[in-house]
Amino acid sequence: MATVIIPTPLRKFTNNKVRLTVQAKTVSDMIQKLTSEFPDLKKHLLDANGSVPSFINIFVNDDDIRNLQREQTVVMENATVSIVPAIAGGAPQ
Amino acid sequence: MLLFYPIIADQMKAAVQFSDEECCGFIFGLEEEGNVRTVTAMMSAKNISPLNKRSSFEISASDYIDAENFAAQHHLKLLGVYHSHVDFPATPSEYDRVAAQPYFSYVILSVVENTVEAIRSWTLKDDFGFEEETLSIININQQIHGYRNHPNSAA
Repeated sequence: MATVIIPTPLRKFTNNKVRLTVQAKTVSDMIQKLTSEFPDLKKHLLDANGSVPSFINIFVNDDDIRNLQREQTVVMENATVSIVPAIAGGAPQ
Repeated sequence: MLLFYPIIADQMKAAVQFSDEECCGFIFGLEEEGNVRTVTAMMSAKNISPLNKRSSFEISASDYIDAENFAAQHHLKLLGVYHSHVDFPATPSEYDRVAAQPYFSYVILSVVENTVEAIRSWTLKDDFGFEEETLSIININQQIHGYRNHPNSAA
């Protein structure tokens, strides 16, 4: 099973669990299973189009899924999947 | 409510006030009942924004992971993020709101002519709007009182 590391901002939706184990073949499958168990995660992990929002990064082991097959990236047995919020902002132009 | 130890507030001000670009970093500390958060440490981060850094900031994923690791190693909570607005009030922009994460405190320091004019903090509501939270600097008397009543205190 893969281990998913939940970042601090999203832990209030996972009963404060930092690490979760999920049996999933792809990142999309992993998100589906996570949001099925923790429904409040859904609005933070999926946008209106069903894609990972631009301000959420997902790494399978050390690789950003945007450099792989995005949501269809394969999650190998014993992989570590890190959900990493993109921290950005700024003053109005 | 977000409380700062004076030395941490001073470190944060020093980290931002002499830059004409937006500066950013993380805040760490303790959280008590009633959503009272006490900031006991900060960590500067590099602004890697590909846009105009005078009006935008971005923190790398590796710096974020470092911040999570720092919090875990020191038994602190990663409470949020700070960043500066250069020649602009300490109010969040639409860019700040869109990028904001739940739970975090977003501390904004307004810097005008190398002086921090204001520090305010904001949190994301369930409807994805920002709400200002009370921000205070702990004075010495409160600090001593707070220490004696801290749950980790030996006394």
